[in-house]
Amino acid sequence: MATAVQTALSFVAVDKRFDSGTTALSSVDLRVGAGEFVAVVGPSGCGKSTLLRLAAGLDAPSAGEISTPGGDVGYVFQDATLLPWRSVLANVALPAELAGRPKAERHERAMDAIRLVGLDGFEKQLPRQLSGGMRMRVSLARALMMSPALFLFDEPFGALDEMTRLRMQEELQRIFAETGFAGLFITHSVTEAVFLANRVVVMSARPGRITAEFEVPFAHPRPASLRYAPEFAAIAGAVSEALRGDAQ
Amino acid sequence: MTTNTPAATPADAPTAHATTAAPVAVGPSGEPSAASEPAVTGPGAAAPAHEAKTPVHRSDAATVETFPTAESSVRTRRGPVALFAPIGSLAVAFGLWYAVSYLLLAPARRFLVPPPHQVLQVAVLDWTHLQPMLQALALTAQVALAGLAIAAALGITGAVVMSRARWLERSLYPYAVILQTVPILAIVPLIGLWFGFGFTSRVVVCVLIALFPMIANTLFGLQSVDRAHHDLFTLQKASRWDRLRKLELPAALPAVFTGLRTSSGLSVIGAIVGDMFFKQGAAGIGTLLDVYRSRLQSEDLFAAIILASLFGVAVFALFTFLSRLAIGSWHASGRS
Repeated sequence: MATAVQTALSFVAVDKRFDSGTTALSSVDLRVGAGEFVAVVGPSGCGKSTLLRLAAGLDAPSAGEISTPGGDVGYVFQDATLLPWRSVLANVALPAELAGRPKAERHERAMDAIRLVGLDGFEKQLPRQLSGGMRMRVSLARALMMSPALFLFDEPFGALDEMTRLRMQEELQRIFAETGFAGLFITHSVTEAVFLANRVVVMSARPGRITAEFEVPFAHPRPASLRYAPEFAAIAGAVSEALRGDAQ
Repeated sequence: MTTNTPAATPADAPTAHATTAAPVAVGPSGEPSAASEPAVTGPGAAAPAHEAKTPVHRSDAATVETFPTAESSVRTRRGPVALFAPIGSLAVAFGLWYAVSYLLLAPARRFLVPPPHQVLQVAVLDWTHLQPMLQALALTAQVALAGLAIAAALGITGAVVMSRARWLERSLYPYAVILQTVPILAIVPLIGLWFGFGFTSRVVVCVLIALFPMIANTLFGLQSVDRAHHDLFTLQKASRWDRLRKLELPAALPAVFTGLRTSSGLSVIGAIVGDMFFKQGAAGIGTLLDVYRSRLQSEDLFAAIILASLFGVAVFALFTFLSRLAIGSWHASGRS
């Protein structure tokens, strides 16, 4: 899968400097193939989030080239980022609503997405009635709803408790196995990165740049017990080593 | 009302609106906002974390002060204390009133503070006294509501316009601040010359007094939208109109209601002040207050003051109720 022919996202020699003078990213080359799930790990302040904002087109690079195939991009934020006055259904349907899709169609697609994340029965609830994990599922459903070719995740499970976090990782890679999108996943958790991704990219700070890459050969869907397999530990250990070596 | 002097570069920091709004956000009960904190952490206050980032909605002291305590404390301690304490404090208040009338004042000077039963007897229970008061109050209410409606429409529109671009805000907001600081008494003659000395001028006074909190609060609400929410709309290439209609305005609604509650109280004050200066046409309650004062009808004066105050409380309660209806399901300030 890592050798997919089509490219969903590519960065070529991308630099990003802010007006304040700090260099957030320095000559970053990154390629995400169609149907490939790439995770980016790195210390805080290494420009992971900047990388994602550039990929989404929310910010423009200072130099270099970024290409996406066009079409819809699914973006999952650090927080669930739901509109508190909208029901689950109306929140999930928002992207289609803004794209001007007819009501019947967006309702149907939103319900499909809600079912996919296991929230059917909750579609009329307001966000404040849901737990943190459920809100994140709604956020996932909203991103899924436009069936994007490219999915961007900005540490989406960082704010969840450990149990919920593990369950959400399993859910996400199940959905990935079912729908086959291309994903770029930012996280500061090594095990999360290795569990989810086909390939793990290690970044370092000041300036933000890519220092190492690791292939993760396990096929999706991956069982939860994979986390305790020796082969898994070996890769996670190597990634941690690369991170630590970088910190010194 | 003219004590706030934060005219200094309100456009520089978004928080400036909070500070400019704060001195105005003193409702009829006039409680400081710090007192509202314990009330918010009541039983129903399992507020989502992101709500904690919007302190200004909590700063409408008066709301949080009057209503949630009634609701949440009855739930927590339903005992006789909770029920009888307010009745007790009312009894003490009447006791003090009697004490001033009978113990402090000589009989010849008792008209300065007539005892409660005399106010009741002379002014309230006598229909020939009460009827003109109610009639005048109805007229004052019309003035206040007309003024509030105009202030709300102008204020929300103005805030939306200012939120469109930084240069618009920088060029318009200072005038909103000036509007707030100009002494109404100083421009009363001018208002009279321009709009006559009747109903229209009374409404104009209301609008002048009630406009600023509407602008300041709405603008703050429009600008306090989460950055991530904006990103969400940017990713979907939402039009400016969709962004305003589906994101900024709904997100600003709690702040708009804070403004409405503040402005509703102010517009009642504005209507009474307007009554006193623009006396052409039918009398408002403010006109009557002046008449009762000049004729030394102190029982009527007391009754009219109490009536006008009760009306202010009623208007405030109405907007708290409307706020709960509109945003109570998703925002903490609406529930309080």
